[in-house]
Amino acid sequence: MKTRTSVLYKDGFWAFLMLLPNIVGFLMFLLLPVLATFVISFSGWNLTDSFQFNGFRNYKELFQDPVFPQVLGNTFYFTLVSVPVGIVLSLLLAVFLNQKLNLMRFYRAAFFIPVISSMVAVGVIWQWIYNPEFGLLNYALSWFGIDGPAWLTSTHWAMPAIIITSIWKSLGFNMLIFLAGLQSISESYYEAADIDGASWFSKFRNITVPLLSPTTFFVTVMSVINSFQVFDTVYLMTQGGPARTTSVLVFYIFQNAFQYFRMGYASAMAYVLFFIVLIVTFVQFWRQKKWSIY
Amino acid sequence: MKPRYWMKPAAHAILLLGSAVMLFPFIWSLCTSLKNLNEVFTYPPKFLGEHLKFSNYLHMTDRFPFDLFFFNTLKITVIVVVFQLVTSSMAGYVFARLRFRFRDGLFGLYLATLMVPAQVTMIPTFLLMKFYGLLDTHWSLILPGLVSAFGTFLLRQFFSTIPGALEEAAKIDGCTPFGIYWRIFVPLSKPALATLGIFITMGTWNDFVNPLVFLSSMKKMTLTLGLANMQGLYSTDWPGLMAATVITVLPILIVFLLAQDLFVRGVTLSGLKGE
Repeated sequence: MKTRTSVLYKDGFWAFLMLLPNIVGFLMFLLLPVLATFVISFSGWNLTDSFQFNGFRNYKELFQDPVFPQVLGNTFYFTLVSVPVGIVLSLLLAVFLNQKLNLMRFYRAAFFIPVISSMVAVGVIWQWIYNPEFGLLNYALSWFGIDGPAWLTSTHWAMPAIIITSIWKSLGFNMLIFLAGLQSISESYYEAADIDGASWFSKFRNITVPLLSPTTFFVTVMSVINSFQVFDTVYLMTQGGPARTTSVLVFYIFQNAFQYFRMGYASAMAYVLFFIVLIVTFVQFWRQKKWSIY
Repeated sequence: MKPRYWMKPAAHAILLLGSAVMLFPFIWSLCTSLKNLNEVFTYPPKFLGEHLKFSNYLHMTDRFPFDLFFFNTLKITVIVVVFQLVTSSMAGYVFARLRFRFRDGLFGLYLATLMVPAQVTMIPTFLLMKFYGLLDTHWSLILPGLVSAFGTFLLRQFFSTIPGALEEAAKIDGCTPFGIYWRIFVPLSKPALATLGIFITMGTWNDFVNPLVFLSSMKKMTLTLGLANMQGLYSTDWPGLMAATVITVLPILIVFLLAQDLFVRGVTLSGLKGE
């Protein structure tokens, strides 16, 4: 016969029991690794030697490493092009999709299929499309009399090619988030504007864009964070080449950690990435106060 | 918005063009997978070869055990999905509904780790696996996948929206906190659980970085890693590569077509309407 005071009715007991598996995993694979990386970043560890602290040497070396500014530059290049273009395209598509259309489900599926496909599959397919001799893209360009570049092996065009593929892959995801945001805007604003005889474009500019700003903010933050961590595309399509023109930050971290086994150096770089992501996020949150309307 | 007479045709034109751009690469890869090697290197490119050549699919396992890769991927995905749903839903319930010391501080820690790029935790995890001799085993992919801060956060948010009256009634009837979770919260949040499940499935099935870092031997590989390795070795066998690509995408595509609405819900839910 159980009484109400039995341990089985205590929140604390069940909280402990039900959290236990989660906490163990959380500590082992999230919290402690974050702290461990910080510690390792102050060491010259390369898996073979014994563990030795070397103070700020890794961080000093980072700022003298000629590759590092290049890698940062590539990452910013990728972000500054792919995020705005991706956002504008996905917003426009969402606006067109946000009406009663017959083929709605088909369109939604078509745009979402790249999102669900693995980057490896996408990488193989696009490498074939970018093939300079037999690829579809240069063939399509030749209709317009354009002599297409050697895309993935061109120092000038490899990064744009990576950006095109990345935008193509993530477009459907952002489009769906925008669509959800658009559907939560009340119809009455547009009705009022119709009475005033506002044009379609002025309604878009003065109603849709401002009222959608929380969604736009969310999509922007997520896109920026993701684009700073671009890796799969680069690893699979160009291996960071040609001449390091597509080596992005995470690719360089990966190379240092798992190809050169410079764990200390890679950890320091991972923390720089962490720091950049934090700063960018805080800046965006701070700016959001200025461009969001609630 | 009051539709303008030109809006619908314009929308259809743009969306059809967009859909073509989205789908064409896949259609092209399917066509390429049915060609023989010479037909691939014709210029101008043709849609289909003389005869549909299904042998690319039949001979796929000659050089690479794609059937094994498939079962490896399936095994890892199923285990990760089941366990992550269990751990996330239990912890989500605890954070949403139970009162205990340090609750909010602990949840704050969970939220903080959402900001951490995956690359930050990868190096110590690699060393940990090396230390326990788990490199090149499926454990190295399964263990870190059993718990997710994102899943915990998502389900906590969902559980917070369930009205308290049900809980009160169950308490009066002598239900333990676990009973309330099991009999009320889990059944009421089936859509949310399914949505999260879909997301975890997608992430695990398509994961490439982790297999790349943790796995090395052929018989342990997942589909993504197998395909990437095949590409490294047979970079000019486009029909064979495309057949392998189609096989890699197909299962998740079928899941998507069966559960399209869940996927859409998931995106919307993860967007949390930007709030």
